[in-house]
Amino acid sequence: MATELTSTNASKVASALLLARRKAGSPAMGMVMTFVVVTDEGDHYDALRAARAVSREHPSRILGVIRRSARGAANLDAEVRVGDGPSGEQVLLRMSGELTKHPESVVLPLLLPDSPVVIWWPGRAPEEPAKDPLGALAQRRITDMAAVKRGRAKAMLNQAKNYAPGNTDLSWTRLTPWRALLAAALDQFPAKVTCGEVAAERSNPSADLMAAWLTTRLEVPIERVLSKGPGITHVRLSTGGGDVEISRPDGVLAEFTIPNAPNRPVALKRRDTAELLAEELRRLDTDDIYQDTVKQLCLLAGHKPPTTPTSLSEKGEVVEDAAKPKPRKPSTAKKSSKR
Amino acid sequence: MTFFDPASDNPLRDPQDRRLPRIAGPCGMVIFGVTGDLSRKKLMPAVYDLANRGLLPPGFSLVGFARRDWADQDFAQIVHDAIKEYARTEFREEVWKQLSEGFRFVPGDFADDVAFSQLHDTIEELDRERGTAGNHAFYLSIPPKFFPDVIGQLKEHSLAESRAGAWRRVVVEKPFGHDLKSAQQLNATVSEVFPQESVFRIDHYLGKETVQNILALRFANQLFEPIWNANYVDHVQITMAEDIGIGGRAGYYDGIGAARDVIQNHLLQLMALTAMEEPTSFDARSLRAEKKKVLRSVRRPERLDLHTARGRYVSGWAGGEKVKGFLEEDDIPKASTTETFAAIKLEIDTRRWAGVPFYLRHGKRLGRRVTEVAVVFKRAPHLPFSETATEELGQNALVIRVQPDEGITVRFGSKVPGTAMEIRDVNMDFAYGGAFVESSPEAYERLILDVLLGEPPLFPQHEEVELSWRILDPILEYWAELGKPDPYSAGTWGPPIADEMLARDGRVWRRP
Repeated sequence: MATELTSTNASKVASALLLARRKAGSPAMGMVMTFVVVTDEGDHYDALRAARAVSREHPSRILGVIRRSARGAANLDAEVRVGDGPSGEQVLLRMSGELTKHPESVVLPLLLPDSPVVIWWPGRAPEEPAKDPLGALAQRRITDMAAVKRGRAKAMLNQAKNYAPGNTDLSWTRLTPWRALLAAALDQFPAKVTCGEVAAERSNPSADLMAAWLTTRLEVPIERVLSKGPGITHVRLSTGGGDVEISRPDGVLAEFTIPNAPNRPVALKRRDTAELLAEELRRLDTDDIYQDTVKQLCLLAGHKPPTTPTSLSEKGEVVEDAAKPKPRKPSTAKKSSKR
Repeated sequence: MTFFDPASDNPLRDPQDRRLPRIAGPCGMVIFGVTGDLSRKKLMPAVYDLANRGLLPPGFSLVGFARRDWADQDFAQIVHDAIKEYARTEFREEVWKQLSEGFRFVPGDFADDVAFSQLHDTIEELDRERGTAGNHAFYLSIPPKFFPDVIGQLKEHSLAESRAGAWRRVVVEKPFGHDLKSAQQLNATVSEVFPQESVFRIDHYLGKETVQNILALRFANQLFEPIWNANYVDHVQITMAEDIGIGGRAGYYDGIGAARDVIQNHLLQLMALTAMEEPTSFDARSLRAEKKKVLRSVRRPERLDLHTARGRYVSGWAGGEKVKGFLEEDDIPKASTTETFAAIKLEIDTRRWAGVPFYLRHGKRLGRRVTEVAVVFKRAPHLPFSETATEELGQNALVIRVQPDEGITVRFGSKVPGTAMEIRDVNMDFAYGGAFVESSPEAYERLILDVLLGEPPLFPQHEEVELSWRILDPILEYWAELGKPDPYSAGTWGPPIADEMLARDGRVWRRP
């Protein structure tokens, strides 16, 4: 059931939600979070479809914030949907004029009481998500630097520099199956890694994060090399006993190689956005591993890493520790700057 | 129980990194009885779904063993068809490719020495070609009467011996015997060859999301624990009802019956989870210790004639269809005294539960398919309302709906809108979204993965099985003296004696 509201405000939208829910017979929704999706008119269809797919696993109130032209009079049009398709509620909020600068004034009254707020920018994201007025409302801020049209590597680095606890990027989420396989490979062949290599197409934030992650974990130089793609094409870890390698030339089926064992095929498909988001929403606390990885990414690029209050309080170590350049830094930084 | 844990010094693993799933180490699985229903409908699809979720190790191999004249390709075809029909995740060519290279088939029957030595060779070949590293699980999806044969053969052909650093595990399905004595025998047979920690008894109920949620509900919340005892709880009803009959399972079902088939394992396990004290931690040993304490303190009613009931469905109309009675089902002898409905009352002699009866019931061809645990609370000691105002007020209840429509219902009184003070029962509902349950791993996936990882928290161990039989045996013996079970019409909620049994205590069965 859909209700259209033109030139409206948040309290009318809230009443429309309540009314729509009653008309649907007040079904038990068990919504666990508010999921704010910030898009442009052109991208909103795909983004909200992905959000709806996710709300089947994580029932939520989806607030689609659609930015229109900032010119003209401030205006809010809304579309309220309850009870068709997946569980939960969906509101599209089309904002134009001066209102585009104050979207939080509409979103704040529509948040579910007490439940966590997750925000996702499927395309263009603020430079500093945590300081964005909408981003500040959320516990979890999801960006996607692979969706940036130009200068992805730089955009990723920017996000890394402006990292705040609660931030995460889908470029990182895309790595989980790769990371799981690499960890499994070292479970099976537990040898000291001496160096490594990550191959991917030129502009691939995931590959940069992979190199940074491997550097923090293994503390050896990891070279970032170029390939034709799609995405990451191989990761090789060299050990005294031979190479551990996962290569995926076609983006679908990978080959898994460890020393002293036959090569084996492994399915390693690139996942769709809904699957990535579902993984992202399973845990809403700070992703410490991502935090370490973006710090490393800054170091590798020769930048000062972000300071995060959590590394002080939770780990009990001084922030300067993380900023201290590690011995391997010069070599890897040089290599990665070749890109 | 793991011999060594490579994960502990793997630099790529970190306890904080909770995105990374545990992928089982290199291993393979051998299924005996691979042509059976369970294997086709549950095991093969679960293996595929695990692979699709990226949880199986590269090189995972699946060996089928059955009395069929098949080559590896024929076996692969059977698996392919089973997956296409029953897998819960989308069929993907690359996942199939990863899996299918590891399919092998060994033809033969359980007495066939040649077949078992061929199995031995096949496994060694897999270790060489697929890198399964000597780790293999044997899944006995076969009737228990064949266990001694198969286990004996596994021993004889040294298939059960694990080399250093490698494991061999055996997986058995319920029923774990048909009484205490046979359960002990079965255990003796298995444990002669496999050490206790390598024996995995699958009770697929324990792999269900909602069953695990009982523990989360009870021990992660402050809200329920204070009232989870005899001070507030009047009684507990645990129901597992099926709307189907015995179908083609006459051979298995006749002589087993409702109590052995379901109460002994599923319902007593549900009762143990509902009633147990808080475990000191969530590892397998602590959980088991608490469950065992509950099972050990169970007391049967002294008068079994008054507090147990059994029945057998006769033909009738169920859900708009005319269905056969139990005795008319194919291959059921006319003289059969097997029950298709069983209800028993148990008490738990602990401080927490003294005087709180647990009513367990299970039946086939009942009103609808439902499994639930209903905790029914005592009435408020004093009601400041007039008697007419609270006429429609029942007892508060908290119902854990295990399947279908997984979720939790809380029943409590609320004012009927209007000028008069009138109080009526209302439901508050929490639903696991339908799709959430779809996208979460199926019970068998979870259990197979736990077998491969060697994590046994969800598997009942031998002692629990024996304790359950100790509870049930005297009831079964008493019933055996009675002869024919009471009839109930298919599609109803069981025989009248079941209602009388509760009426004696001044209670009624919930209509689930």
